[in-house]
Amino acid sequence: MTHPLLTPIQSVGRATLALVRASGQGGYLAAGAVRALKNVDIWAPHISTQMYKIGVASVPIAMFVATFTGIVLALQASYTLTGGVPEYFVGTLVGKTMILELGPVLTGLALAGRVGASIAAELGTMRVTEQIDALETLAYDPLAYLVVPRVVAGVLMFPVVVALAISIGVVAGWVTSMGLLDMGSPQFVKGLKIFFDPFDVTFAMIKSVSFGLIVTGVGSFFGFHTMGGAEGVGHATTRTVVVSTMLILVLDAFWAAVLL
Amino acid sequence: MSIELLEVRKAFGDKEILTGFSLTIKDGETLSIIGYSGAGKSVTLKHIIGLMRADSGTVHVDGMDVGAMDRSALTELRRNVGYVFQFAALFDSMTIGENVAMGLLRIPDMDEEEIRARVHECLSLVDLNDVHDRYPSEMSGGMKKRAGLARAIATGPKYLLYDEPTTGLDPVTVKVIDRLNIRMKEELGVTGVVITHDMDSAYRISDRIAMLYDGKMRAVGTVEEIRTSEDPLVRAFVEGRPELMEGMS
Repeated sequence: MTHPLLTPIQSVGRATLALVRASGQGGYLAAGAVRALKNVDIWAPHISTQMYKIGVASVPIAMFVATFTGIVLALQASYTLTGGVPEYFVGTLVGKTMILELGPVLTGLALAGRVGASIAAELGTMRVTEQIDALETLAYDPLAYLVVPRVVAGVLMFPVVVALAISIGVVAGWVTSMGLLDMGSPQFVKGLKIFFDPFDVTFAMIKSVSFGLIVTGVGSFFGFHTMGGAEGVGHATTRTVVVSTMLILVLDAFWAAVLL
Repeated sequence: MSIELLEVRKAFGDKEILTGFSLTIKDGETLSIIGYSGAGKSVTLKHIIGLMRADSGTVHVDGMDVGAMDRSALTELRRNVGYVFQFAALFDSMTIGENVAMGLLRIPDMDEEEIRARVHECLSLVDLNDVHDRYPSEMSGGMKKRAGLARAIATGPKYLLYDEPTTGLDPVTVKVIDRLNIRMKEELGVTGVVITHDMDSAYRISDRIAMLYDGKMRAVGTVEEIRTSEDPLVRAFVEGRPELMEGMS
């Protein structure tokens, strides 16, 4: 029987081993996917389908999140900026916050649930039903066929969806300012312009590209390494959402520290 | 000699599945591998096509070490090997026609018309007509299995690996699959490795039969040699008589 004092040490040991193993598998998958980029004839035909699934089909959820975020930002800005602070700062706060932070991060988190979970479930089901093995036996590189198109589509489409979400969020804040806060349109636009820096958009796009890479990469990783039938697919999906969410927040802090 | 497994060992965690398994499959023969569930039969097939790598020992196909192959060498090997999966492993997002065409799309210089004709021919060979546009979810288990076989033979492989091709099929379809198997060998010289529990089928199609037990080769011989084996373990299995194993460790 194990000594009671050993149990926590064993748990730490097992968790460390699992982390090291997962890092190794992740690195192996990433290296394989980079190598598979040369098999353009395998992955290129699937790019447009994946761009639609990952990008276009995600627009409604991204718009929904951005609309309500824009409304709340405008109302909270108006509530916070009292006293001598000019009203047009509502526009500044809505614009800056949507572009620098909430547009990319909230869209990334929403897509981690929608896109990442979907990739993990799809590839996980293919793994447990031997469809990935079948691809290999038919002389396909499964990384080129399954992973590369999803990751490339994610990297290309996340910035598009994020740009759309930022625009919708700002418009929602603008409409809210005019409709509920009795602000004139010129005032909101003045606030929006006054501290605008084109680099803010570049910053948002860099973040969204990295989020696209993370969400599709993590979904592919857990899907590819699924074991144990339906329960395994469930675990892969859950882990994808949890790990993607954590990595998005870590990356968000990383980019802020490095680029701002 | 076309396929040679030498002292192959494979473990999953603490559980050792193959414990020094050796077997040679000659060019142009059909060899059936029999054995109890969990004996490592499917694992053996996956080693031959490079879906799994041995912990130790070697697997040679046409003189090339499968375990030492890189991805491009494996892709080349797999162009010559067809694999029929136990549960068909059809791509469920594709129609049956698209499934069968998958391997053909990897062959250079094959145009759309040739692919369509070949798909039709392979589906007819397994008695599947008018299913080209159906999805796997719309078909029975037996039909899926036959579609999986059609997909495996479509590229005209030199080797065919069958993982329980007739399990769960009706007796008539079993005969159809067996006849196809024999035809592949006699007309096209295909080397076949068949995992099966169906002894009638094994007797019909095999040149030799090998029995895997406890991760090792228990017996290998011609149909007649296996049928008349004195080994109680072999007899218990081929005659379906567990009482012959009583008292054995």
